[in-house]
Amino acid sequence: MNAYLNQLVFGFFPYFCLSVFLVGSLIRFDREQYGWRSGSSQLLRRRQLRWGSNLFHVGILFLLFGHFVGLLTPHAVYEPFIGPPAKQMLAILSGGVAGILCFIGLTLLVHRRLTDPRIRATSGAMDIAILLLLWVQLVLGLVTIPYSLQHADGSVMLLLSEWAQRIVTFRAGAAELVAPVAWPYKAHIVLGLTVFLLFPFSRLVHIWSAPVGYLFRRTQVVRRRGGASKALP
Amino acid sequence: MSHFLDRLMFFKRNVETFSDGHGVVTNEPRDWEDAYRQRWAHDRVVRSTHGTNCTGSCSWKIYVKGGIVTWETQQTDYPRTRPDMPNHEPRGCSRGASYSWYLYSANRLKYPMVRGRLLRMWREAKAKAGDPVAAWASIVEDPAKAKSYRSVRGLGGFVRANWAEAEEIVAAANVYTAKTFGPDRIIGFSPIPAMSMVSYAAGTRYLSLIGGVAMSFYDWYCDLPPSSPQTWGEQTDVPESADWYNSTFLIIWGSNVPQTRTPDAHFYTEVRYKGTKSVVITPDYSEASKFADLWLSPKQGTDAALAMAMGHVILKEFHVAGRSDYFQDYCRRFTDMPFLVRLIEKDGRYVPDRFVRASDFADNRGETNNPDWKPLVIDDATGWAVVPTGSVGFRWGEQGKWNLEMRNAATGVEVHPKLTLVDAHDDTLAVAFPYFGNRTHPYFAGTTHPDVLMRTVPVKRLALKDGETPVATVFDLLAANYGVDRGLGGEAARSYDDDVPYTPAWQERITGVKRQHVIATAREFATNADKTRGKSMIILGAAINHWYHGDMIYRAIINMLALCGCVGQSGGGWAHYVGQEKLRPQTGWTPLAFALDWHRPPRQMNSTSFFYAHTDQWRYESLGIKEILSPLADKSIEGSLIDFNVRAERMGWLPSAPQFDINPLKVAGDAAAAGKEPAAYVVEALKSGRLKLACEDPDNPRNFPRNLFVWRSNLLGSSGKGHEYFLKHLLGTQHGVQGKDLGAEGGVKPQEVAWHDPAPEGKLDLLVTIDFRMSTTCLYSDIVLPTATWYEKHDLNTSDMHPFIHPLSAAVDPVWESRSDWNIFKGIARRFSELCPGHLGVEKDLVLTPLMHDAPAELGQPFGPRDWRKGECEPVPGKTMPAIAVVERDYPNTYKKFTALGPLMVKVGNGGKGIAWNTEAEVKHLAELNGTVAEPGPSQGCPRIETDIDAAEIILTLAPETNGHVAVKAWAALGKATGREHTHLARAREDEQLRFRDLQAQPRKIISSPTWSGIESEKVSYTAGYTNVHEFIPWRTLTGRQQLYQDHAWMLAFGEGLCLYKPPVDTKTIEPMMNRRSNGEPEIALNFITPHQKWGIHSTYTDNLIMLTMSRGGPIVWLSEKDAAKIGVEDNDWIEAFNVNGALVARAVVSQRVKEGMVLMYHAQEKIVNVPGSEITGARGGIHNSVTRTCPKPTHMIGGYAQQSWGFNYHGTIGTNRDEFVIVRKMAKVDWLEGPAAAAAAE
Repeated sequence: MNAYLNQLVFGFFPYFCLSVFLVGSLIRFDREQYGWRSGSSQLLRRRQLRWGSNLFHVGILFLLFGHFVGLLTPHAVYEPFIGPPAKQMLAILSGGVAGILCFIGLTLLVHRRLTDPRIRATSGAMDIAILLLLWVQLVLGLVTIPYSLQHADGSVMLLLSEWAQRIVTFRAGAAELVAPVAWPYKAHIVLGLTVFLLFPFSRLVHIWSAPVGYLFRRTQVVRRRGGASKALP
Repeated sequence: MSHFLDRLMFFKRNVETFSDGHGVVTNEPRDWEDAYRQRWAHDRVVRSTHGTNCTGSCSWKIYVKGGIVTWETQQTDYPRTRPDMPNHEPRGCSRGASYSWYLYSANRLKYPMVRGRLLRMWREAKAKAGDPVAAWASIVEDPAKAKSYRSVRGLGGFVRANWAEAEEIVAAANVYTAKTFGPDRIIGFSPIPAMSMVSYAAGTRYLSLIGGVAMSFYDWYCDLPPSSPQTWGEQTDVPESADWYNSTFLIIWGSNVPQTRTPDAHFYTEVRYKGTKSVVITPDYSEASKFADLWLSPKQGTDAALAMAMGHVILKEFHVAGRSDYFQDYCRRFTDMPFLVRLIEKDGRYVPDRFVRASDFADNRGETNNPDWKPLVIDDATGWAVVPTGSVGFRWGEQGKWNLEMRNAATGVEVHPKLTLVDAHDDTLAVAFPYFGNRTHPYFAGTTHPDVLMRTVPVKRLALKDGETPVATVFDLLAANYGVDRGLGGEAARSYDDDVPYTPAWQERITGVKRQHVIATAREFATNADKTRGKSMIILGAAINHWYHGDMIYRAIINMLALCGCVGQSGGGWAHYVGQEKLRPQTGWTPLAFALDWHRPPRQMNSTSFFYAHTDQWRYESLGIKEILSPLADKSIEGSLIDFNVRAERMGWLPSAPQFDINPLKVAGDAAAAGKEPAAYVVEALKSGRLKLACEDPDNPRNFPRNLFVWRSNLLGSSGKGHEYFLKHLLGTQHGVQGKDLGAEGGVKPQEVAWHDPAPEGKLDLLVTIDFRMSTTCLYSDIVLPTATWYEKHDLNTSDMHPFIHPLSAAVDPVWESRSDWNIFKGIARRFSELCPGHLGVEKDLVLTPLMHDAPAELGQPFGPRDWRKGECEPVPGKTMPAIAVVERDYPNTYKKFTALGPLMVKVGNGGKGIAWNTEAEVKHLAELNGTVAEPGPSQGCPRIETDIDAAEIILTLAPETNGHVAVKAWAALGKATGREHTHLARAREDEQLRFRDLQAQPRKIISSPTWSGIESEKVSYTAGYTNVHEFIPWRTLTGRQQLYQDHAWMLAFGEGLCLYKPPVDTKTIEPMMNRRSNGEPEIALNFITPHQKWGIHSTYTDNLIMLTMSRGGPIVWLSEKDAAKIGVEDNDWIEAFNVNGALVARAVVSQRVKEGMVLMYHAQEKIVNVPGSEITGARGGIHNSVTRTCPKPTHMIGGYAQQSWGFNYHGTIGTNRDEFVIVRKMAKVDWLEGPAAAAAAE
């Protein structure tokens, strides 16, 4: 891959994706409140959903959280507690288990969405696309495991987290860091960024509104008449 | 400003907490709540109703938002009832609540559509010919062209047209047909004016102006119970549903009140809370059964046996035992039971003959006016036979004596007639009564009693003109027929356990109902009636009415009611709710609908006979006359069913359409050329055979119906009995008829009708359907015109279930290119008028009319049928043959006449049911209200009828029910005939006049009028026969009383002089198909029962997504668990039901609700939704009528005989269908026929 393309894909594309992700989410939240939903098909058919949806969500949430912490925690912060090889092994093990759970769940969901006539008939193109994208992305993630095992010292892990940290902190030289890593990592990154790119246009927006607050709210919530604003005629 | 920014308020969100911190008050935005408010916000609410055939007539609020009808809810602002009655509302059901779905659905008709092949040929022909009429001629006169579009009817191929083009084709076809074959070849079928009176009138007004034919519906739908005209001389008159609440003993017999009278059912629930006992009689465990204190489940079709046994108990315990003075008085005054019947000797036995008439006496008993029509009774005081007032002979030709005051007509002295001669007889005679319960039927159990039952009857001997004659009272004959022991010896039932016909024990074998239930029900029914003076009521319906011998079932029930004095009493009586026949402002509507303001008489036709003849169902007739004749009938009576119909038309009993075998516009000209009066010419030409009636040769192309309009109806998807015969012969397209006609079968052909081989296919030149949805009928049409829905037009709607008149209102304008029916026919009339010059001018049209009921002609034939064709009498128009009238039609001015109220309303006046009144004041009022026509022409100065509201005002102003002044005039007119004062019934509301906008403000209660036999009052609920019993107005029958004895020669020949039990007829449709076309699955023959829907009103709503979702989304039939097990069918399996008439496919609902031996198919499930191909026919599915064939009954053809005279939708042959059997089996392969039809045909 030539340097220009490398810079484009790993240097600029992330900003493009993250910008669309943030600004797109904002615009959609403001303009399309009725579309801001998870698009659950549970009413149409419960079959395969209990296993599929739960396994998928458990797996994917763990993976999301793992990636977030793993990639964005500066090396210096965890250095005193755990070395790169051990951290990488921890990631491979826990991520591998979560990945397999997620894989089973996601495969069930893909099967259900494509073969159940009711679900198929009520699916939009984006519903199917995002599901397939996640499935491919997950498989790519799992494919990286054997590669990671080849360099047990955690060097690639460090490289990748350094890339991520440079991107989010707007520091130069991020793209060059990724240039030497094996193709599955690159493909995984590109596809992962694409998920961010498509995020505002898909049902993934429901992640923003995960009802975490319900766990902590008071028993009775009374909204005051008039409220904070008088918006919209 | 921004949903996102509004949420950024971490520090000021929570205002305060409460309840120890369990609750919190927040400042969160609440704008989203407006979405819920807007969901139910609307711009306006408009009152309308649903113009469907359900008798509901419910007031609905139609909500409009942004110009779109969004939903509807039930209105609850009906006028209140009196304090001790529940209110009427809320009225409505899930079906009506789903109606707004139609307006914007994919199934909505949006543009005029024409069959593609026809339109292509039309455009070519018109480009070539220039003249539209010539263009039409060039298409239909070319056999290849004609076939090319007829043979693809129902197979798709519509293209969008515009209104101008569609109107032009229709008008050109009408002009061509009237000119070439005669205007009586232009037919219009539209049912139930009460659903939407203006829409109905639009079409029939156009047809009546051009001389076309309006078709009946009530008889064709088999909703007309012939027992009603026979007994009461009434089409049907019934209590309003609120009167159920006044009943103290209710039998529900073959009617499913909660399912098919949903908005009224609450009165039934409420009266049970009041303590009323209810017995429900239905073969299946219907929805009504759960209301029952006692549920009786007789074998379907045998209800007459059950009712006869109940009648037996009532007669024995109450009448013969003399237990009830009330019953005796009632029967003496209000029934024909005291009247005298001649007994004549026939084949060595005495049999009951006709009523004794004044003319039987040498001195006519002093009666000079109509002595042939004045029967006699025996006066208790003197023992003399006297002529009492009130019989039909007093109705015509004299005034003041047509009443039930029960006076000796000659002396004016009050008469107390003898009901029975049992203690005053000269003699007793063994009299012969026919018995039909022994007739064999493959699927119904009979008994082994003889054909003729001999019963001992007390008689008196009268010296009549033709010698001394034994006579008996109807009561004595009735009791003898029921097998009740009178202590006179001879054969009779000594106890209820005797196996003698009509005892409770006897019926057990036939119906399967235990005798103790029969005895208990009859006893309680009568005891209650005795104690309450008639508050025992029987609600009865289609389940027992639709049988070939349904009139016997009905008469057996009517006998129970008459014997117990229930008819005419609030809370009692005969409550037949089948078909929304009650057109309350009828006499105001009739002139508008049949253009009586311009021409009289109109052409009207009874549909059953028409379709039987013109769809060639008669060519396949399997029911022999010997199977239904009485064992006591003359052996000389023969012929097939259509022969009887032809004789009836010839004798002026039934109407004809088309009428002559030549164009009626030419007959008057021929007469003039021959230098004769038209009537004299026709008589002479008919007699010589030069001129024939069209009915004698229905398969001759000269006599084909050529143009057919269908509007407000789904003739082919719902009511068309013998659906596949319609497709084959009338339309000439793909069909599923499996049997061969009598010619091919070598059967006995009819005597009176010419036989052509091969049978014609595709008789119709043009089928035009006007609808708001793509119904099955639309699919088979040549032109489909999109009409306004019930939320897009102004119209009127009434029901028999409540006393209010309702508006239909335009909540929004008709969407897309649809137009109201009024505007559609107005447009056709305009184009028709424009096309006339050069083809039709001022023409003389010769119109035949049968001997009509409620007219002097009903006294046409007092004795024996005499056929002039056979030389038995002279053809005398209006007496022994149809009446002849010449009507002058100014064809180019049809449009002007359509849009103005013509001069005859002032010149001749208005009226109905035999009375007439002056209507000048109303016409003047209408001229001021609607304005008058300024343009020169025949309509100049006449009140305008431009819009549908104008038309509605015509109806409301002319009708006594909606105009108090007219009501008083009408009652006064009736008072002249009865010699009694009746105007007090309307005086209180004399100054009330309902206008269209009044109805939109609130449904209004109508005003009492002599058109109906009940009254509208704040003291009693509406009930039928009320004015007969309380105002002494005679029933419009021969005796003037409720007539339980029918003495017409044909009634006696078919054994129906008195009511008795007749088993269902054998239609013979199973044997030729059973196990002959196997698909490997076991087959079973089941009785095919087609009740009213749960998820639709006939076919309406059955294509509605909401209703389909509530059911199974396509056609279903219900099978009993036992029958399903026999043929290995499980719930939801696809099954096929078929016989020689055709085949249908459906999913099976296997349910313990259903009785073994029957299959239930809710009728009129549309063929257009989820119907796969049939394994038998290879074509798509079929509808419920694919397996039926109509079969008329000769006793319904009787005419010219008092109450048994023809009237439009009053009397006539009925389209029965319950006796049919089908073979049911599981389908081996479900083929959805997804490929194009041509490819399927090529395979």
